[in-house]
Formats: sequence, C-alpha cells, structure tokens
Amino acid sequence: MCLAVPARITEIHGNKATVDMAGVVRETSVKMLPGAEVGDYVIIHAGYAIEKLDEEEAARTVEMFKMMDSLGAEESKN
Amino acid sequence: MKYVDEFRDSETAARLVERIRRHPPIPVNLMEVCGTHTVAIFRHGIRQLLPENVNLISGPGCPVCVTANRDIDWAIAAAKQPDTILTTFGDMLKVPGSHSSLQQARAEGGEVRVVYSTLDALQIARANPQKRVVFFGIGFETTAPTIACSILEAEETGLENYFVFSVNKVMPPPMKALVDSGEVRIDGFLCPGHVSAIIGSEPYQFLARDYGIPCVIAGFEPVDVLQSIDMLLAQRVEGRAEVEIQYKRVVRPEGNPAAMAPLYRVFQPADAEWRGLGMIPGSGLEVREEYARFDARRVTQIDPGPTREHRGCRCGDVLRGVMKPPECPLYGRACTPETPVGPCMVSSEGTCSTWFQFAGAE
Amino acid sequence: MRGDRILLAHGSGGKLSSELIQEIFFPAFGNPALARMDDSAVLPLPLGKGQGEGSRLAMSTDSHVVKPLFFGGGDIGRLAVCGTVNDLAMVGATPLYLAAGFILEEGLLLADLRRVVASMKEAAAEASVSVVTGDTKVVEQGGADWLYVTTTGVGIVSDGVNVSGSNARAGDVVLLSGSIGDHGIAVLSRREGLEFGSPVTSDVAPLNHMVAAMLKAAPHLRALRDPTRGGLATTLNEFAAQSGVSIQIEEAQILVRPAVQAACEMLGYDPLYVANEGKLVAIAPEEEAEAALSAIRRTRYGEDARIIGRVLPSPTGRVLMKTRIGGTRIVQMLMGEMLPRIC
Repeated sequence: MCLAVPARITEIHGNKATVDMAGVVRETSVKMLPGAEVGDYVIIHAGYAIEKLDEEEAARTVEMFKMMDSLGAEESKN
Repeated sequence: MKYVDEFRDSETAARLVERIRRHPPIPVNLMEVCGTHTVAIFRHGIRQLLPENVNLISGPGCPVCVTANRDIDWAIAAAKQPDTILTTFGDMLKVPGSHSSLQQARAEGGEVRVVYSTLDALQIARANPQKRVVFFGIGFETTAPTIACSILEAEETGLENYFVFSVNKVMPPPMKALVDSGEVRIDGFLCPGHVSAIIGSEPYQFLARDYGIPCVIAGFEPVDVLQSIDMLLAQRVEGRAEVEIQYKRVVRPEGNPAAMAPLYRVFQPADAEWRGLGMIPGSGLEVREEYARFDARRVTQIDPGPTREHRGCRCGDVLRGVMKPPECPLYGRACTPETPVGPCMVSSEGTCSTWFQFAGAE
Repeated sequence: MRGDRILLAHGSGGKLSSELIQEIFFPAFGNPALARMDDSAVLPLPLGKGQGEGSRLAMSTDSHVVKPLFFGGGDIGRLAVCGTVNDLAMVGATPLYLAAGFILEEGLLLADLRRVVASMKEAAAEASVSVVTGDTKVVEQGGADWLYVTTTGVGIVSDGVNVSGSNARAGDVVLLSGSIGDHGIAVLSRREGLEFGSPVTSDVAPLNHMVAAMLKAAPHLRALRDPTRGGLATTLNEFAAQSGVSIQIEEAQILVRPAVQAACEMLGYDPLYVANEGKLVAIAPEEEAEAALSAIRRTRYGEDARIIGRVLPSPTGRVLMKTRIGGTRIVQMLMGEMLPRIC
C-alpha cells in the first residue's frame, strides 16, 4: 500500500509545510521529517511527508538508465 | 511530473525488458506484498512484457483486504452508535463485513466520514466536541506513523474526544508466515517501497539470510518494478540472496527514524488476525497502555456480534498467492466490483479488483 | 426588488415571481418568444438549405446539481447551457432553443442567482442559442443545494447527417478533442475537505461550432460523444458496446495536464474516469480522419486534438489500451463512484 507522490516544499511553518506537485498545492505535516527544507522534494502519504527524495540518487539512477542503453546494445550483438 | 515521468519512460522500460529477457529462462515465482505494486503491475501492463518463465504472484499486500471481518463489523457497530462519528480512509467504505459495510451503515443513518488524512479526523473531532470521533486505523508501516502522530497531537492539544481503532499491521511477519507455510514456492520478494522508507532494509534480512530468498525493495513506477524484477533475476542467476534497494531515491537502509519513533512510542507489536493467514504473532500494532485513553477498543464497549465469513469466498487463498483471481469460481460471475463477495474485489488495491479492472473477467 | 435573498414568495406565482422574471431572467435572456410571456414559446423553425424532408428534430434534457455552484473556469449556469447544447451537438444537431427550469432554495443570494444567469446568457450567446422559456420554483431551506437547473434543448439534424454511437466500424479512427480530467478535478478541488490551491480550471464549453466544422470536413463522421460522468473510459465502452466492436487506444496519445495528473495521483483517481465538460470523442472513417482532426484543431476548444486509437472488430465490446511502456490493459467502464484513497 502506499499511494504517495513526490512534491516540492515551498514553505515551512513549524510542523506544517506547503508543497507543490506540478501546480497542485497542499498543506502537509512534516513532523516526521525534522530536517526538511524549502526546495526539498518529499514523498507525501495520507497528509504527511514520510521521506525526502534524494535528488542526487534519482539523477544517478536516471544516468544509469541512459548508460544501460549502450551496454545493452553491445551485449545483444554478441 | 518530476521524479515520476523519468520512471515511466518507455525507452528505459524497453531496455529493462530486454535485460530481463536475457536471463536464462528458469521458472521463477516472484511475489509482491504491496497492493500498490499489484496495481502498478496491472495498470502498466507489465505482465505481458515479461518472459513466460517469470511468474508474478500477488501476496497479502492490501491492508484493506487483510482486515478481518470481525474488525470491519466493529467499525460498522461504532458508526451506528448515536454519539460516535466513525472516520475512515475511503478505501474501507465499501468493504463487506459479516452483514454490512460502512457505506451501508451510512445509508442507514450511521455517521461515517471519509478522510484523506488523520489530520482531517482530528479536525472533525475539534469541530464536534460533543461526539466521540473514532478513526478506523488500517494500514501498514507507511500509514501507522501518521496515525501515531495523530494520537500524539491529540495528546498535545488536549483533545479528549479523539480515538483510534487500530487494526494496523506490520509487514515482514506475514512474509515469514508465507514462506514457513511452504504453500507456494517463492523465489524472490518485491518488497514494499514506502513501508521500507519507514522501516529500512534490516527487517527483511532474515529472508535472505535464513531462507535464501532474494529481496529487492522496489519503487512504484513501471521502470522501478521492471528494474527490481531484473535485480531479483540477477540475484537468482548469480546464486545470491540479499536485500537490495532499487528505490534508492527514497529508501535508506536505516529507514526514517523520525517516523519509527512516534510509531513505537504510541504502538507496540501485538498478535493480529489476517484474512487468509489467520493469527500471526507480533504482526499487529496495538495502542500502548500509556495512551490507553485514545484506544477505541479500551474506551468503548462495542460488541459487533458474531462474525460470519463470506460463503464461497476464496480471498484467503488469493491473499496467500495460492490462487489467481480467475481461478476462483466466483470471480467475474457472482463476484464482480458491482456485486463483490469479498474485500479482494472491493478494495481498489485488491488482487481481484485489480485483475478485473485491468485484465478483465477472463 | 427588496432584500438580497430568495424568499419562498418568489416561487408562488405572484408579484415577487413576476419581479424575479422581469429583473433577473428577462434582461439576461431577452428574446421575442420569451418576451411574449405566453405559457409556451412558439418558435420559428429555421429550415435552411439541405434541411428539407429528411431533417429531424433533436431534443435533450439535463439536470444540474453540481456543488459548489461556482468553480474555476465556470459555474452551474455555464454547465447547464453547455451540457444540453453539447448533447444536441453530439447527435449532429444544430442546437436552437433552450428551456431552463430553476429550483431555488429559500435563502439563495440574489447576487448568486444573477451571476448564474449572466453566465448562462454568455454561454448561450457563444453557442448561438436562445433561452426561450423557463420556470422557477422555490423550496424551503434545506430542500436544495441553493440552486438546481434543468435545461431542455431542441435542435435540427440536417438531412443526411447520421451520427450515432452504434455506427462505429472496424478500421475507423478514434479522435479526442483535448486534455481529459480538467472539469472533474476543478470541481473536486473546491469541495470541502479536499481543498487544494490548484491551477486546474473546468473545461466547460459549448462544442456545437466544433461539431459543425467537423461535419463539414468529414460528412461521414460515425459517432460523437462528450465524455462527461464516467469519463473517457465510459464513453469508449459505450461506443464499443453500442457498435459491437473493440476500441484500442494509446495511453501516450491521451493528453492529461500535469496539474490534473498530479491531483489524480494524489487522490488515487484514474484520469480516464474523470468528467469532462468541454471535450468530445469522435469516431471517423479512416479516409476522413485527418480532415476531421484538422477541422477540430482550427476551432476554439480543439487545439490539442489528437488521434488516440482505432476501432477493431474484436474482442467485441472491449476497450483496450496500450500503456506508455508498451504493455496492454483493458479499460473498464466506471463501476460505482470514485472515492479518494490512500492505498
């Protein structure tokens, strides 16, 4: 279970934050993410931010997908 | 949408499918234990892209489906009490208990309100001080911390009319129960990405270490699922059994301690009844003594009456991965989303309703 | 008129009723038929070229109970006019006249009623239709959600025009006039309990001019429907069932605005099932598909039109979708109501 979507924090006020998901703006609790900062991407579930999205890790994964292409093509030739 | 679209990219998906197809075609059973994974697999049509030797099995990953009839009956009984407002996630509204459902209870005059978050339930409690507001607490470790936080907030703000009926459950124990039962050979687990964001990777280690079963903690976009399948196959082919994290952008090996803390401050492990799996020790969450005044079970005297199981319903078998929905004699005939017999056909993440919705009645 | 709210007396047929008509409805809808104030409107039938013996009358009715009354991009008034205009347009009719029945709740702000009526006037003018007759009743407080409107419309279907959901044949092409999900999400975002500041606005719009342009460019158009309640999925299933065919669409060709997608993801809704009030699905014979597409794209609400799929002989009654990643799934009709979920 876990419908949760990545959203960007635009404001923080105490335990609450305003998040933006492609223009959809909502209030969410950041009680479980004490280190959250404006600009962070977080995963929201049932009104709470449950984890931060590691943007570097995401970028690394996407890079890896791109590289996978050239490797894959070579392997399939053999 | 950022961080979603890249993981739905069709070219990346195609490359991953190619990789999957290049593994030696040994038959493998891969089980996912998260309703959201079930939906993702069917919604994106992933099964059709996989080679025949890869068999995807849905396990007991839908917290709605695994909630026992007795607990649903309790919630319905609570809703019917004149001084009580029963708040619930939309997911539970239509699920059949022994005789009725929350939706039916509402139509009969019971007060049932659908909320998106426990924060909404707290608001309802504040706005209705003369009523008892009970929150129907379903969900695994992704949701349970949010429910724990609601109790902490009720405590902090001196809210006296907010209660939680906890049927929350935790994830690794049913995985152990399934493997111990030996009913289905499981060659790999797709582990739930958001539950793991909370609990980390440690709780699954015993599966790899003691049972030799590869585990991959998977995200929910089609590319995440495909990559996770590829990783599981690679482990099998290479003779490894580890707990790997595919969903690295969200899951840390240590999980989220700031979520675990409130969770276990308010709740403690307890035995719990799972539809289809029976009683599993330590698989549930009950409110600790310290917070007893928020525990709907202790504070109320609600007797839901005798429990009745749905006749002919094979949800239990489907939840254990022993039966696929089309193999159930009721599927698509007596049991459809319009006329459901059991919760697997009602829940938006139930294996049966997902199959029906995206793969039809055949 | 004194006071700023609707009173029960406004519905009793006496002086206050008369004032309501004279001061709110007439100024907005003023036309000769309405002005005559007879029990029925007697109307000319503008049968022009090509509208002879084979012309037929089209008639449609719709009740509107939307809550809230006002939402981004429109309101119940605009919805009431466009809904019926579009129903007429979807059978290839030129919409002509509307009747509007109002059920007002005692206590409704006159200012809100004026706003709704002004919106209807604007929509009617855009659609080139007249509101020629109407009725008003007032119910006690609690009897209605402030305002209900029922519109009934008539139009003329010209000789030779034959548009029906049962006409689709294997080989035909399926077109969609623009993005889906906007109306449903726009309305949802203003309801209590699911508030979120969203740039999503309803797409509510009259489509009769678009249809006229399409019929001119593609005279053998098979079927038209606007995917309102139940969304695109339900409409395609209706076509497949009515015509005894299969429809296969491509997810990658279906446009969903990012904010709509995000809202759907958050609430667990599938955009395929979310209501639209300013879009149409068309089925055209293959040889006329490009012409139909170009025609739609040249109209005010059709710039994002796309070809989204094809009609196949089987499996009969089934709608299938090729997913973005190349998999296949079926697309069922909407079953029950959509509820926000966390799972």
